[in-house]
Parts: sequence; structure tokens; C-alpha cells
Amino acid sequence: MDLVANLMTGFGVAFTPINLLYCFIGCVLGTLIGVLPGIGPVATIAMLLPATYALPPVSALIMLAGIYYGAQYGGSTTAILVNLPGESSSVVTVIDGYQMARQGRAGPALAAAGLGSFFAGCVGTLILAAFAGPLTEVAFKFGSAEYFSLMVLGLIGAVVLASGSLIKAIAMIVLGLLLGLVGTDVNSGVARFSFDIPELTDGIGFVVIAMGVFGYGEIISNLSQSEEHREVFTGKVKGLFPTKDDFKRMLPAVLRGTALGSALGILPGGGALLAAFAAYTVEKKTSLAPGEVPFGKGNIRGVAAPESANNAGAQTSFIPLLTLGIPPNAVMALMVGAMTIHNIQPGPQVMTSNPQLFWGLIASMWLGNLMLVILNLPLIGMWIKLLTVPYRWLFPAIVLFCAIGVYSTNNNTFDVWMVGLFGFIGYLFIKLGCEPAPLLLGFILGPMMEEHLRRALLLSRGDWSVLVTRPLSASLLAAALALVVIVALPSIKAKREEAFVED
Amino acid sequence: MKIKSQRDFFSGLMFMAVGIAFAWGATSYSIGEGARMGPGYFPLVLGILLTGLGGFIVFEALVVETEDGEPVGKWAWKPLSFIIGANLLFGVLLGGLPSIGLPPMGMIVAIYGLTFVASLAGDEFNLKENLILATILAAGSYVAFVVLLKLQFPVWPTFITG
Repeated sequence: MDLVANLMTGFGVAFTPINLLYCFIGCVLGTLIGVLPGIGPVATIAMLLPATYALPPVSALIMLAGIYYGAQYGGSTTAILVNLPGESSSVVTVIDGYQMARQGRAGPALAAAGLGSFFAGCVGTLILAAFAGPLTEVAFKFGSAEYFSLMVLGLIGAVVLASGSLIKAIAMIVLGLLLGLVGTDVNSGVARFSFDIPELTDGIGFVVIAMGVFGYGEIISNLSQSEEHREVFTGKVKGLFPTKDDFKRMLPAVLRGTALGSALGILPGGGALLAAFAAYTVEKKTSLAPGEVPFGKGNIRGVAAPESANNAGAQTSFIPLLTLGIPPNAVMALMVGAMTIHNIQPGPQVMTSNPQLFWGLIASMWLGNLMLVILNLPLIGMWIKLLTVPYRWLFPAIVLFCAIGVYSTNNNTFDVWMVGLFGFIGYLFIKLGCEPAPLLLGFILGPMMEEHLRRALLLSRGDWSVLVTRPLSASLLAAALALVVIVALPSIKAKREEAFVED
Repeated sequence: MKIKSQRDFFSGLMFMAVGIAFAWGATSYSIGEGARMGPGYFPLVLGILLTGLGGFIVFEALVVETEDGEPVGKWAWKPLSFIIGANLLFGVLLGGLPSIGLPPMGMIVAIYGLTFVASLAGDEFNLKENLILATILAAGSYVAFVVLLKLQFPVWPTFITG
């Protein structure tokens, strides 16, 4: 068995005390920094990258992988506790996770996120080890037309994330796409919609929009309600760990999330992110068990599924990096940077020329996941304590962390002005009943969509039918269309509204 | 004609306004054609799409009956202005405002300023409690961001550090 032999090589490398130590340090640092709102894996890795220069290549990559997982998990913690998605893939976790925290069930939510991620990580590691080779062939089949169609499907899927009006959710996606286009156009070098402000030529930062719309908007809206009506947190904390019932509901959700995440993570272009959205969409489509909390109101499946999916996706997104040398997202791009610093050229040759590194990295990913669970389950009690801090102390602190987080991404006060603007916009959205989650997804996918559409049409010489004549692309678009029809059908629409009626 | 849903009516108007603005802005860049899209092509299409969606939402808001008229409700000017104000003050104190000759005051001063103004957004305000909170936050941020993470922050006012 190649697989076993390969994994043995990997564990042989990873299980040296020194590498275990680096993996552990990476996880701890990643979690600590990732917990700070507004600082996601990208910022964390970028900050800590210099610290790994001096290490031998294998140890450096192992530590970076640890930081990556730690930061990702830390990001989920803030998403659940204070409604701030530190990175794009925890945008979905916020929806049900924060509601659970409000109802005093932050413990089970955190445990569900941790255990789901661990399970997904194990599966992802196995898949990575077993299928790294063959799976890259699938990725080759994806041309620009397919990517464009996949993103259309992803965006339509995001519509079901919004609990209100369908058409408003679509409008929010389009608004997000447009916001994503602000900045320099990669093809022509023209700075679009930048109003001659140099900072805007780089585009609007994800963190700026996320912090402003989710963080400030939410705080302002909370404070505008009188003390009694303020929906912050119930004082009672009901149990630290999921109940037997919770486990029963979590399990299928985790399995589905893992399967989706592993599949979508392989696709370059925000695999982990799409995976989280897709997993939540799927969960929402399944029927609720009697007595189960509806989605958007604190359903544990709404935390477990996207968290497993994004972790599985994070794992399998190493496949395009390690086999094709294509970084599928910003974090992986940083990993490429780290590899080149250590004189390793990422690509198919890594597996053969540097098996120690390749399998060592894979084994350490699994170890990183294990360490995270061990590290984080006991910490849940501590995080919960954070919620007992009175709101009048908590909100200035959140405002501060948002401001610092935003400032530190570019060391520029311009972002601080922008987050203020988006805070106002976020409050406006709440007032007008527009939900921000679809906007954020549109914002992230906007530039990628434009790029792939341009490329697809350039190759087809301006023939739009390329989107439907290629079978893979056509079936993705058909799926998107089917989704719209299903959601728009009156009978189902009625049910959808029913599910969101306040109890 | 009566507005049946205020929230939808105004959000529709907002989408239309933004859509028109983007589409209009896009026409100042080269549009190109399908095979060779210029930088204006995609924003123009999306802007028109958003305007259309906004128009439909406005139409729906005028036609479809709702139970309570979905009012937008009162604006919470107090928390809105104090939270956004605290944020802006933080930026001004941290980085200074050359246009009015204000030097950068650094992170510590900025944190006290932000905490003070942000707390005014709440229902109750207690100066002593506020000072304690600001001190804890300032010390914590200093240790976390400056000492441990070595982020490049101006910590103290420039006229002290020189």
C-alpha cells in the first residue's frame, strides 16, 4: 500500500519532538491571533511569516500550517461569540452560531465547530493523501466557463442564506459584486470607481466591509433598542457541551459538510469559502426534525455543517497548491511565498523530488487538527466567561478591536474612515431589512467572476453560448436555474417564510 | 399611490440609485465588446441589472400588501453618531490630521478617546468605570499588538517621542 507507506513517511517526519513543538506553537499563536476580531488567517500568516524564515523548510511549513488552522479556528470563535466574521469562510458560521450564543448555547456551538472541524480535517487529510494525484485531473477539466458557472451557482445558493425577500437578496449580491469591482482592473490597469483616491485603487478591503457592516451595524442596532428589548445574550448558559440530541443532529450535518467541503476545496478559487456556503445551503434544504430550532435562529446544524465544510475545504485546497502549484486562495499564495523563500518550487515535482516535505506536511496537518481540538475544548469554558462581561463594557472593546484590526491590515488611517462609512451602511441595511451575508459573498467573488467571464468569452471569440455548450458549465448553470425555480415557487416560498416566522 | 412596504420602497430606491451610479460611472471607461471586454463592460451590465432589480423592488413595495406597512422606524441617531464618531476620532488621534495641523497622538491616546466617545452611545455613562475600561484596553492592546505582534503603531504622541 502506497498510501500507508507514504503516510508512514509523513508521520516519521512530523513526529519528531521539534516538529511537534513547531506545530503546537503554530496552533497556539494562530488561535490567539485569530481570535482577535478582524484578523483572519491571511493577516495572521502574513504577520508570522518572518518568524519562520530561520527554521528548516519542513518545520517552517509545518508551523505555518499550524498557524493556518489555529487562525481559522480562532476566527470561528469570534464569529460565534461576538458576531464578527474574521475571515470570509466564517461569514456563514455567524448566522446560526451567534444566535446560539445569544441563547446561552455558545458552548455547544463552539464544541460543534471544533469537533466538526476535527472530523472534517481527518477525512480531508486522508483524501489529500489518497487522491492528490487523480484529483488534480478533475481540476484540469475546469475552464473559465466552468468557473463562471460555478460562481453563478454559488451566488444563487447564497440567496437562500437570506431569510427575507428573495429579490432583495439577489440585489444585495449584485451590489456586492459591484463593490468588489472597485479598484484597479487587472486586464487594463484602469483604476475603476476610485475617485482618484490612491487607497481605493487597491480595492475595498474585505475586513473593512465585514467589520463595518457586521460589527458596527450590529452594535448600533443593538444600542438603539431599550435595555429590556436588547437581544444580546441571555444570562443563563445552558451547558458547555452538546447534548445527546445535539450530537444526533450534528452528525449527518458534519458528514454532509465534510463531503461537500472535500469536493469543493479542490477547485481553485475560494474552495473553502464556497464549501461553507454550499454546506449551509444544503442543510437549509433538508427538513427540520420536530422541535428543531429553525435555521437563522440558532440551529446547531447551521454551525456544524459549514465549519466542517470549510475545514475539509481548507485541507483539500492544498491539493491544487501541492500538485499544480496554483494557489487557490490568499493563504495558499502566502504558503507559495514561504516555499519559494525556502527554495522549494511548488508544483507536481514536490511530491516526487521532496517526498519528506510533501508527506510530512500532510501528516502535520492532521496533527494540527488534533492539537486544535485538545487545545480548544478546555478553552470553551474560558470563552464563555467572556460573554458574561456586561454589554456596556463589551461594545467599546469591540469597536476598538474593529478599528485596530482594520488599521493594522494596511497601517493606514484611510481604512478607519472606510470602516466608519460601512458601519453607517450596515445600520442602513438593518433598517431597510437587507441582509448583508449575500453582499459579502458577491464582494469576494466579483473580481473572480469578471475575470473568468472575460477569459471564457475571449476564448470563444465573444460567443456567449460557450457557457451552455460545455457540458460541465451547462449542468452547473442548470443547477443554478433549478435552485431559483425551487426557491421562487409559491408553495415553497410560503414554506420558506413560515420557517422564519418568529416564535 | 400608497407605499405598502416602506422598507422595500426605500431599499429599492437605494439599489436603483447605486445601480445608476455604477452604470453611469462605467460609461467613462472603455466598454469594449463580448470578446474583448473593456473595464467598463462588467460594471455596466451589473449596474443596469441592479437598477432593474431595484425598480422591481420599488414596484413590489407599491403593490403587494403587507400587514403593518413595514415601517423603517426611527433612526437611532445617538448610538449611530457616537459609534461612528468614536471610530473617526480613533483614526484622527492615531494618525493625526495634517490638514488642521493636528499631530499624530498615537495609539494610547486614541484608545482613551475611542472608549470615552463610544461609551456615550450607551444608556448609562460612568466616568470612573470608563477610565478603568480604557486603561485595561490600552494596556492590553499595547501588550498584544505592540509588544507581542510587533505591529507598526505610533504608540505615543509624536511631540513626545520626537
